[in-house]
Amino acid sequence: MKTASSNKPAITVEDLTAGYDEQLIFDRLNFQVGRGELFVILGGSGCGKSTLLRLLIGLKTPAAGRIVVNGVDISTAGEQSMKGLRTGIGVLFQSGALFGSMTLAENVALPLQEYTDLSPAAIERIVAMKLAMVSLAGHENHYPSELSGGMVKRAGLARAMALDPSILFFDEPSAGLDPITAAELDHLIKDLNRGLGTTMVVVTHDLDSIMTIADRVIMLGTEKKGIIAEGDPRELKMHSQDPLVQSFFNRQPLKTVL
Amino acid sequence: MGNTYPWPGHSTATISPGTQRMEGHGVPIISVSGEVEGEILLSLSGRITLEHLETMNREFQSRLAGLPPAPLAVDLAEVDYLDSAGALALMMLGKGDGGRPIRFVNATPQAEQIIDLLGRLDLYSQHLKPVQHFSILEYAGEATFYIIRGFRHIMTFLGELLVAMIHAIRTPHSVRWADVLDQMKRIGVDGLPIVGLISMLVGVVMAFMSALQLKQFGADIYVASLVGIAIVKELGPMMTAIIVAGRSGSAFAAEIGTMMVDLEVDALVTMGFSPVRFLAFPKVLAAMLVVPLLTMYSFIFGIGGGMLVGVLGLDLTVFTYIQQTLKSITTFDIVTSLIKSMVFAVLIAGIGCQRGFQARGGAESVGSMTTSAVVSAIFLVIVADSAFAIVLHYLS
Repeated sequence: MKTASSNKPAITVEDLTAGYDEQLIFDRLNFQVGRGELFVILGGSGCGKSTLLRLLIGLKTPAAGRIVVNGVDISTAGEQSMKGLRTGIGVLFQSGALFGSMTLAENVALPLQEYTDLSPAAIERIVAMKLAMVSLAGHENHYPSELSGGMVKRAGLARAMALDPSILFFDEPSAGLDPITAAELDHLIKDLNRGLGTTMVVVTHDLDSIMTIADRVIMLGTEKKGIIAEGDPRELKMHSQDPLVQSFFNRQPLKTVL
Repeated sequence: MGNTYPWPGHSTATISPGTQRMEGHGVPIISVSGEVEGEILLSLSGRITLEHLETMNREFQSRLAGLPPAPLAVDLAEVDYLDSAGALALMMLGKGDGGRPIRFVNATPQAEQIIDLLGRLDLYSQHLKPVQHFSILEYAGEATFYIIRGFRHIMTFLGELLVAMIHAIRTPHSVRWADVLDQMKRIGVDGLPIVGLISMLVGVVMAFMSALQLKQFGADIYVASLVGIAIVKELGPMMTAIIVAGRSGSAFAAEIGTMMVDLEVDALVTMGFSPVRFLAFPKVLAAMLVVPLLTMYSFIFGIGGGMLVGVLGLDLTVFTYIQQTLKSITTFDIVTSLIKSMVFAVLIAGIGCQRGFQARGGAESVGSMTTSAVVSAIFLVIVADSAFAIVLHYLS
C-alpha cells in the first residue's frame, strides 16, 4: 500500500451525517483514504454505498460533518474551489453516463476543451491515448449506442481520466458485465492505479472484484448506520468475527452464519 | 405427479355446490370421508392449481360448513399436481377465523416440498407501514408545498439561466455555438414545413369564413385586411409558438429528462460543467434567435393562404390583395409581434428544459415531464399573449 508514503490523505471524512428526508443513513461516519490507495466501499444493497459516493463527489450535501477531498472541504467550498476540485477528480458512473449525442472522441475531449488551452491536434492525440489506455483504440468515431456495456464503461473511464485526475471514483464498475469483461475491467482499474498512482475509490458489492483490486475496504451496515468493518478484505474474510462480514465474504445467507 | 402446467381453457368443468364427488378432466375433486379419531378426513384428487382456485375455495367452504370444528386431515394421495396457489389454498384452511388445525397425509415428495416452502414463509403478517389516509387539510398542505417547491425550482432555474446569459455576453467564446446552430436547425429549419402548412391552412380558413360574411356587403377586399391583421398580430406568433412547444419544447424536456435518468447530468456536474449553461442555454438562445424567423415565415404563409382564397374565390388580383394587406398592417405590428414571439421562445424552451431537469427515476417521469413541458408552455404562451394584448392596447 502507498498510504504509508503519503503525507496528507486524499479524502478525509469526519463525523459525516446524512440521509434522505427523515431517514438517517449515516450517523457520524469517519474514515480516510490515503494517496494512491485503491479503496473499496462495500456493503449489501440499500446500505448507502451509492449515497456515500454521491456525498464524496459533491452531488449530495451532508446534514452534518466534513468531507475533505484533495484538501477542499466540499461541504463549505465556494463555486470556484469546487470547480478546481472537480478538475482533480474523475467519476465513472454505473451506466457509463456517456453523452449519447457525442462520439467517444468527443466525449473524452469535452473536459480537455473546457479546461485546457490545448490545440485541437494535441487534444486529438490525448484522446487517442486515453482510448488506447482502455483498449478502445480505433473506436474514436463510434457513438455510445454502437458499443457493448463493457466498452461503454471503459469509454466512461477514459473520459473520467481525461484531465489526469488525482482521484477516480467508480460506482459499481462490474455491474451488468459478464465475468470475463468484469475481470478485465478489474485488472484495468488495478493497472491504472499502479501505473498512474491515482487514488481510486470503488463502490461495489462484487466479491471477486473486491478480492482482486482492493487495498483496503470499509463495509457499511444498515443497522449501525456506519462502518461495521475496515481493513484488508482478505484479513476480514479470514478473521472477522462480525456475522454480517462473515456472511458477506463467504457469500452465505445471514441466518446460516448467526 | 404430472409436471405439465395447466394450459388456458383445457377444462371448463366446474364444481357445483352440493355434489359429494365431482368427476372431470383435471378438475380437483374434494370429498369428505367422515371422521376418524376426532379428525375430519378430506380426500383430494386431480389438479390443485391456480386455475381452479376460486371453485376450490367455494367447495371447501360448502363442504366444511355444517361440520364440527374438528382438526382436518387432508389426504393428497390422489392429487395429480399441486402448485403454490393450490398449496396456499389448502394451508389457508388452517388459518383465519374459521381455521382448524390441519395436517397433510400421503403427500408426494414434490407436494411436501411446496407445503414445506410455504410453511416457512410469513404469509399472515401485517404490512410494516400502514396505508396512510390523509385528511383534506393535509392534502391542501401537501399541495401548497408542492406548488411552493415548483415555484422555487422555476425561480432557481431562471436565475441560473440569467447568470448563463450574462456569462455568455461577457465571454461569447464560451457559448457552445455548434450546439446553438444545431438547435437552430432542429427548431427552425426542421419546423419550416409544418409551420408553413398550418399557417397557410389557418389563412385559408380565415379568408373563407370572413369572405362568407363580407361578400354580403360587397366588402370582399377587406378579407385581405382581416387575414393580414389576424395573422400578423395574433395567429402567426401564437400558431408558431404552439407548434414549437409541441415539436421542440417536448424534445428538450425528453432529451434532458433522459439525460437526468441516465445520470449524464450528474456526470456533467462532476466534470465541473453547469448543466443549465451547458444544456439549457444553447437551446434557449437558439429558440430566441429562430422562433421570430419562423414567425415571419408564418406571416408569409398565412397571408399567402388568405390570398389564395382572395384570388381564386373572390376575383381579387394578387396586387390588390397585397396592397390591401400592406395598408392594414403597420411596422409597429410586425416588430411587436416578433418581440412577442421571442418572449414565447424563451418561455417554451425554458419550461421545456426546466421540466427535463425535474425528471427523476425512470421512463415514466420523463414522459410526464414531457407532457407537462408542452402543457405548461402553451399555458404560459397564452398568459403572456394576454399580457401583451393589454400592454399593446395601451401603447398603440
